[in-house]
Amino acid sequence: MSTLIIKDLHVSVTTEEGSKEILKGVDLTIKSGETHAIMGPNGSGKSTLAYSIAGHPKYTITSGTVTLDGVDVLAMTVDERAKAGLFLAMQYPVEVPGVSVSNFLRTAVTAIRGEAPKVRTWVGEVKTAMSELSMDPAFAERNVNEGFSGGEKKRHEILQMELLKPKMAILDETDSGLDVDALRIVSEGVNRVKSNQDLGIMLITHYTRILRYIKPDFVHVFAGGRIVEEGGPELADKLEENGYAEYLPA
Amino acid sequence: MSLATTNYLTPTGREEAWRFTPLTRLGGLHESSITLVDRPSLIAQNLPAGTSMSLENAADFPLRTHTDDQISLRVAEAVSQVSVLRISAHNELQEPIFLNRNSAGLEAEASRLLILVGSHAHATVVISNMGQSVLGEDIEIILEDGANLRFITLQEWETGSVHAARHHAVIAKDATFTSHVITVGGSVVRLLPTVEYTGPGSSAELNGLYFATDGQHLEHRVHVEHDCPNAKSRVNYKGALAGDLARTVWIGDVFIKAAAQGTDTYELNRNLLLTDGARADSVPNLEIETGDIVGAGHASTTGRFDDEQLFYLESRGIPAEQARRLVIRGFFAEIISKLHLSEVEERIMARIDKELSEVAQ
Repeated sequence: MSTLIIKDLHVSVTTEEGSKEILKGVDLTIKSGETHAIMGPNGSGKSTLAYSIAGHPKYTITSGTVTLDGVDVLAMTVDERAKAGLFLAMQYPVEVPGVSVSNFLRTAVTAIRGEAPKVRTWVGEVKTAMSELSMDPAFAERNVNEGFSGGEKKRHEILQMELLKPKMAILDETDSGLDVDALRIVSEGVNRVKSNQDLGIMLITHYTRILRYIKPDFVHVFAGGRIVEEGGPELADKLEENGYAEYLPA
Repeated sequence: MSLATTNYLTPTGREEAWRFTPLTRLGGLHESSITLVDRPSLIAQNLPAGTSMSLENAADFPLRTHTDDQISLRVAEAVSQVSVLRISAHNELQEPIFLNRNSAGLEAEASRLLILVGSHAHATVVISNMGQSVLGEDIEIILEDGANLRFITLQEWETGSVHAARHHAVIAKDATFTSHVITVGGSVVRLLPTVEYTGPGSSAELNGLYFATDGQHLEHRVHVEHDCPNAKSRVNYKGALAGDLARTVWIGDVFIKAAAQGTDTYELNRNLLLTDGARADSVPNLEIETGDIVGAGHASTTGRFDDEQLFYLESRGIPAEQARRLVIRGFFAEIISKLHLSEVEERIMARIDKELSEVAQ
């Protein structure tokens, strides 16, 4: 049982005009097995929340706390956060030329588990995880995210989640750029990891489409750098109907 | 060739060819006042059947090709013997030929090598440079019709070494020349991988990798002369630099003469600056005298570590230093994987890893 607690989080970025506050006091608690949908219009700060928790150097935390099972996440380096059990599935996964998927996965799993996986079991583990995501085995020999289609990138993110076995996963617009089939495969992957590992999920999305496949327990409306309304799955239906207009500044 | 050494003017550093080179650190290789020691220092290892390496009288083997390079001219003047490697026609060698040099002197010395590849022969020649030396070298490679040579040179010098060399390939009809120049060691290294064609259907691929740390000057001056129709060239050099005063120079001259219709050429140089204080010069230069070509292009980029790549790897639990190593190995993978010499590939990358970790501290 794990708990991620975000308290009064304020985050700024440096721009040409100086420091600009993006997150203006975010409060959110996620427990193992829970799925929290964070929904909001573009530019509301949803991705900033995701990247701040993961530790991207671009964002400066000006106040507030983030803890995982009582341990200060903000004091950790980026890799330490991953080792503590946090995972960020990125909206735009980065290409790493010359580094094969298999080398990357093995290096990451070795770092997270603290020892190299046994060759015999590892090959089978990767094969199974890939086939469950309908990924061609040849994929493992390609360079990380290089020349991947949108769907391949997202499947590759979920593949990593499956192998790294985090406690808390932040899925940043995982549905963007996916056709219906890819969305279904990726969502099934998320649900599988969730049921296997009692994963806590922060599901960031603009649209309600993915919520048909990944059922949220809680829905939070995000606007202007903070959560402005919270509720159960029924809140998503309301957003589907009315959009975000009422949350935007007039 | 019996011109006196003093006929060659000592470069001053103002010449286009020398303006990047730290002449005062060349150990006298370029200075007419210093006599180069004549030392054929390459040793062939287990030569396969159909190949031979012999020392020939330099008077019988003058330079076969034209060069303006003062050091090559001085080398030709200084040596009394030339190493000649012969690969007989139609000989298809499975295993590479290794020519090793493990020097231990800091006296300025000269060495000449001539590689003769017979028609339709297939071979790989690997020249390994280790130890310490102040070496002026001239290598001429003559490929006859339909020959195919992979030519690999490894500059794994120890600190203090100075190495100036010309690698000149003459490629005949339908012949294919591939060179891989790997430079990771030495205080000053200045290499001239140059190519000319003597028949149509010929092709050259010139690849290079260089890694410079604090105080190293690594210079590669590629020159491809297209003076023959329907020939092809590809140039791809990648370099990384780390540490104060790490310095690299890459010049890529490609000339397409009026006679070279149907030429297909592309050259590329990428540099990765890993720390402040390092400097990479990159000068691609394409001159075209005929419009009747298949294609001609060049690209040059010099950039820093991609923070997004590092963040991506770190966010998967990979520590920052390991992430940097992974990105650099990935950057060089395109070049290094073409060597097809797993032991050498691992040795070169391990050296880069080690030097990088020393710079980082």
